[in-house]
Amino acid sequence: MHYDRRSFLGAAAMLSAAALTGCGTTPAPGRPRGAVPPRKGGRLRAVFAGGGAQETLDPHLANLFVEASRAKAMFDKLADYGTDVSIVPRLAQGWEPDKKLSTWRITLREASFHDGRPVRAADVLHSYARIADGTRTFRARANLALIDLRNSRAVGDRTVEFALKRPFAEFPNVLAAFGAYIVPDGTEEFARPVGSGPFSFVSFTPGRSLLLKRHPDYWEGPAHLDELEYLLANEESARVNAVLGGQAEYAHDLTPATARTYEGGGRLNVIRLNNSGMQALAMKVDRPPFDDPGLREAMFLLADRPQMIDSVLSGAGTIGNDLFGKDYQYYAKEIPQRARDLDRARWLVEKAGAKGLKIQLDTSAAAAGFLEAAGVFADQARQIGLDVTAKVGNKDTYWADILNEGTICCYRSGAMPIETHLSQRLLSGSTTNATKWARPEFDALYDKAVATADEGRRREIYLDMQRVLHAEGGFLIWGFADWLLGTAQRLHGVANAPANTLDWARFDKVWLG
Amino acid sequence: MTRYTLRRLLLGLAQIVAVATLVFALTEALPGDAAVVLAGDIPDEERIAQLRHALELDRPAVERWAGWLLGLFGGDLGVSLVSGRPVAELLASSLLPSLLLATATLLALVPISVVAGVVAATREGGLLDRTLTAVTVGLYSIPEFALGVVLVAVFAVGLGWFPPTAVGAGPDLLDQPALLVLPVVVLLARPICSLSRLIRAGMIDALGSGYVRHALRLGLSPRRVRLAHALPNALAPGVQQLARTTDWLLGGVIVVEAVFVIPGLGTVLTDSVAARDIPVIQGLCVLFAGTTILVNLAADLTTFRLTPGAAGTQ
Repeated sequence: MHYDRRSFLGAAAMLSAAALTGCGTTPAPGRPRGAVPPRKGGRLRAVFAGGGAQETLDPHLANLFVEASRAKAMFDKLADYGTDVSIVPRLAQGWEPDKKLSTWRITLREASFHDGRPVRAADVLHSYARIADGTRTFRARANLALIDLRNSRAVGDRTVEFALKRPFAEFPNVLAAFGAYIVPDGTEEFARPVGSGPFSFVSFTPGRSLLLKRHPDYWEGPAHLDELEYLLANEESARVNAVLGGQAEYAHDLTPATARTYEGGGRLNVIRLNNSGMQALAMKVDRPPFDDPGLREAMFLLADRPQMIDSVLSGAGTIGNDLFGKDYQYYAKEIPQRARDLDRARWLVEKAGAKGLKIQLDTSAAAAGFLEAAGVFADQARQIGLDVTAKVGNKDTYWADILNEGTICCYRSGAMPIETHLSQRLLSGSTTNATKWARPEFDALYDKAVATADEGRRREIYLDMQRVLHAEGGFLIWGFADWLLGTAQRLHGVANAPANTLDWARFDKVWLG
Repeated sequence: MTRYTLRRLLLGLAQIVAVATLVFALTEALPGDAAVVLAGDIPDEERIAQLRHALELDRPAVERWAGWLLGLFGGDLGVSLVSGRPVAELLASSLLPSLLLATATLLALVPISVVAGVVAATREGGLLDRTLTAVTVGLYSIPEFALGVVLVAVFAVGLGWFPPTAVGAGPDLLDQPALLVLPVVVLLARPICSLSRLIRAGMIDALGSGYVRHALRLGLSPRRVRLAHALPNALAPGVQQLARTTDWLLGGVIVVEAVFVIPGLGTVLTDSVAARDIPVIQGLCVLFAGTTILVNLAADLTTFRLTPGAAGTQ
């Protein structure tokens, strides 16, 4: 059974790609020409894998895909991730830093909550204080740690002045952080949530369904649909059958095998959300054998990336260049694609004295394709005389296990700005540094970048950092997976926007024909 | 018989506590706890420590176990670590679908198996007997998952006779009885074989016994002899098998619940184990142990009534 994808694929480690930006009326990039024009009305039933009867509607607790989608239906963030994971304004109309980049003024747009109250600065400050509360464990807390909330204040009803603990040019990234939703001032209870999003609450049965209806005063224009219902089915075949049997119109997360079965068959539209999930192997650079940069390079060179895409992702993806965030803002596309070079890889292995070396590759069913990736890569490594064997660990505790243990493991990540990837995973003080990459000069480059107001200059620094990572980093990023959806023929306007970006699993812009 | 029942019930209570304690110990022994699972792919150590504190997982295991046991005797199963909802409420809402499914299955299972068993026994070795054997053994050998997927593909998606899943249905599946048809067919496939085979064997034994021959010699109608004299004795082993089946059904058949999206006890079990949600797992154990004990007690009492001399009870 496919319980793997249901595991906690939260914000930080989700997907990304093409997305609509803030302008609501742009047609979806994936929509064929001559498609059915938008029509008002109807109830869309969307079926996702879920967390079972234990789930809650607190948007700050959102962790699973279904929770993220529900949160965006009922709530807004100040900003969100656009197509290239650059930052798109949402409830914030705009932002302006001071010269030192340590105080940021955010202007709110005119928007209202479902109960008619306007969205005010006090709501923003309450929401952020709730998330940042040191005694709580909300996911976005680490992102918001930079804000000095005691010295932040409301300037009138529609302006918030955020004081930061240090200068930070990428502050909009914080506003778009996963789970940083704005809830009305004083809200602690989410049995009947009130937000400012395009849909308002009607009814909820944990583990079964959530029914929402159109918020007529949504600031970006009311949704086409009258009603939106979220349904749960953890079994992939059940999600597909629900759409085939007319019980739902949108099935999230299909396997490549299912997609191939139905693609072009006319019974189910298969939508590919390209460049969605980074697929990687993480080598720990602080311990043998991968403390030897030569051996890391050998690993980069031995990987047969197209074969990985074909056999692990059944072709649903594109190859990677050992760099995070392909096609995102600040991605170093100047760096040439690495090609397979078995002769040099063999030579490097011999030079490192690693011929016949036994290496344990940690993997688990924590994410789709991990087991296959480990098996395929182990075969490839054996071709140059490395004795790599896959070891399957516990899927529920995988991410905690691989953080400090082992030497090489399967890894994946979803959409986040490149800056966030660097700060969460690749600095000496990063809390989820799975490659144990810790270099003072690299940290200094990061500090310099985020203290630089000029975007062009920042881009250059990010490029330098990516050159270092490409040459000798610990991430062997072999590909970027497509994310697959199945939709009914009568559902239109679904954007080709990978998970965690604004237009992924967003239902106010779709309609039923 | 009342004393026997009481003694069995008291013993059952001790068994429940023992089972729950064992499961508590085993869950503790699983790698990782709810905090690590909740932290997911952001295993920030500080965050895990905070989660652990918030979930009170930093208290000693013995203390948590004792607290839970005290609550149990006060009728309180605690709250879910993940959602904070009361465990009793969570179990009650998922018990209903499993219970409905189990009842519907049993209502179909008993008459079908008895008729198939009796018919096969009275025509032992005949074409009908051999056909019934082939069909029931054939059904038995198909895994539930495969059978479920095939039935959905043919009768729901292909022919459109039944809804393919119960996705979005309310807790009361009886609102849409059509939803129950395919899951019940899948659930019937295996028990029909084991039960009807047992009844067939019991009937063949009984029909060949001295008292049946004696009854026939006395001139009683063969039909009456079969149903009033042979059948009760043939049913006794079947009752024990039926108890095992009932117990299996009440535990929530995970595979069937997954394929048909029925939010029953099996689904709660897989979710709570994956999340290391100990209070929910414990609550389920109490429930499962309780139903096992009650169902078996009921089976023993029924056997005792059917065959007073042979049940071995007092």
